[in-house]
Amino acid sequence: MTTAELTKKDIFLETLSTLDFNETEHFLALRKNAMKELESLEFPTSKTEYWKYTRVGKIINNKYELGISKEVDVQPYLIENLDANILVVVNGFYQASLSKIDSESGITITSLSYAKKQELEGVKTHFNQFTQDKSEIFLAINNVYHTDGIYIEVEKNTQSTKPIHIINITTGDNILSQSRNLVVANVGSEVKVIESFINEEGSANFLNHVSEFFVAENAKVEYNKIQDKKENNYSVTTEQVYQEANSNFTINTATFNGALVRNNLNIEVDASNCETNLSGLYLGQNKDHIDNHTVVDHKKPHCNSNEVYKGVLDDESTGVFNGKVYVRQDAQITNAFQQNNNILLTDNASVNSKPELEIYADDVKCSHGSTTGQIDEEAIFYLQSRGISKRGAMKLMINAFAKDALERISIEPLQEYIDQKIEERFA
Amino acid sequence: MLSIKNLHASIDDKEILKGIDLEIKAGEVHAIMGPNGSGKSTLSSVLAGREEYEVTSGTVDFDGKDLLDMSPEDRAKEGLFLAFQYPVEIPGVSNVNFLKTAINEKRAHFNQEPVSAKDFLAMVKEKSALVELDSKLASRSVNEGFSGGEKKRNEIFQMAMLEPKLSILDETDSGLDIDALRIVANGVNKLKSPNNATVVITHYQRLLDYIVPDYVHVLYNGKIVKSGTKELALELEEKGYDWIKQEVDLA
Repeated sequence: MTTAELTKKDIFLETLSTLDFNETEHFLALRKNAMKELESLEFPTSKTEYWKYTRVGKIINNKYELGISKEVDVQPYLIENLDANILVVVNGFYQASLSKIDSESGITITSLSYAKKQELEGVKTHFNQFTQDKSEIFLAINNVYHTDGIYIEVEKNTQSTKPIHIINITTGDNILSQSRNLVVANVGSEVKVIESFINEEGSANFLNHVSEFFVAENAKVEYNKIQDKKENNYSVTTEQVYQEANSNFTINTATFNGALVRNNLNIEVDASNCETNLSGLYLGQNKDHIDNHTVVDHKKPHCNSNEVYKGVLDDESTGVFNGKVYVRQDAQITNAFQQNNNILLTDNASVNSKPELEIYADDVKCSHGSTTGQIDEEAIFYLQSRGISKRGAMKLMINAFAKDALERISIEPLQEYIDQKIEERFA
Repeated sequence: MLSIKNLHASIDDKEILKGIDLEIKAGEVHAIMGPNGSGKSTLSSVLAGREEYEVTSGTVDFDGKDLLDMSPEDRAKEGLFLAFQYPVEIPGVSNVNFLKTAINEKRAHFNQEPVSAKDFLAMVKEKSALVELDSKLASRSVNEGFSGGEKKRNEIFQMAMLEPKLSILDETDSGLDIDALRIVANGVNKLKSPNNATVVITHYQRLLDYIVPDYVHVLYNGKIVKSGTKELALELEEKGYDWIKQEVDLA
């Protein structure tokens, strides 16, 4: 092949092709299999429906280097008053020296690479189980080229007492990283995970991250995702969730910054009596572009899903929300509730909101709604007339709007941390 | 306390107030009545400082200060209170939290320390009882899901908490049943003192059976066309506004 024939995809993948994986046959075979899929996929264009409102040009036109593991001061990223297991991933590599794990019986917390090397049963069974052949190029790239990340497994009927806080850091300029997590919650188990996505320094970094969640019968998983990359950086993160009977999965996503953030959340509810909660808050500023694409696929009867995403967009920022709920023919007595509300603080901020329901069952309760507007002037005047300044009134109202989005977070210090970040933003 | 002289105001280039003159002294209760479209709500909006209204001429002196020169929040801090005809629902903003902010902004304005949590709670308890407002409502989001009567009682509760010098009640009787009306009026009467004044804007005489005015003014076509005592209100109730319109139109 001559240079003239190289496509953007070829150039992008060339950077990654030097990665060498010292893994067992089982996992190398999975990568090889994913490579076959990747070969058939191209980067999305503006004609690709799934990517209609988010152009990936910024991401794919940049020339990258591979990230390397590096010592980073994680102190600024810890959450005050939170007693948690701390796991640090830098540029896609696990950093044992920065991590702090208290061993607890029935709970495995390791790097993914270690779990693979040991061929732990949970990893062998569930890794890559729900991320194959999804026809999504970023997911496929991660399947082939993921470096490292975190593996969490909670044994049957075990409740993890401490939350697990993953600090996923990028650092340097034009760094390309591919991190990967797997969370396995066995029958009747319970676990709470927080993941902070941070950029230490440098710009034009691209993180392509994937987390898989296997939520077995009666298990309960809460995943809290904080995205806070102040500099000019790009992220595509994908969560692939699989729920078995009577399970409960809750995800809270708080996005405070990001030149380009794309969240792909896919939840497959493949058994009865499940509960699924998806909440999100995105606060755009400057020229941020924050895109949340969610899919909840109800395949079996008697399940509930609740989805609330809220956005406050300032300056010239853009928000995208696309929430899709499928209720399959077998999924009778499904209650699916979906809502997206946005406040635009300037004339140059914008939102593309697309709530979608596809219902094939006839005995279901489903609703969806989307609102976009300015702050209610009448309410501002009302507060002013009681002696509160216009600025103070705006602050009260934005805080109230934003805080309401993430009230499902059950970890109190995290809730306070997020509330404080919201207040700082609109101070 | 309040001295309005030759006040003209318009909205979207349409003149609504066409020369209002009104003097209100401490300890007084004034009622402003008038037919629909006479400018009653415009007057209260202009006094509270709604931006949509443009004052084209005239002055308003509030205890020696130029009221029209102040922002809506400064007017409130100086002691003006408007009870809204249609109180606004503000989801997520708690009634007591916002009142605490308001009280503390007012205190800061006069270089006073913020109110202590204990004193504030005692105040909420005392003042909510005044208008028989359930203390649960006091801590809910501002007016969200309140009935019409609860919203109006909440206005008077806020008035009690903020202790204004001059209160303007804009059609506070609208949408109230007789019991709610009595409770609201009782609250207003209990807050009356020789140091404050009340302006009651209403379409009907009914409210004035409970809040007895010292003076009654009739607003018509953007001007006060007749002033009198409480007997004027009774006369209006009996004869309607047509006779006044005729008098004015003939003159």
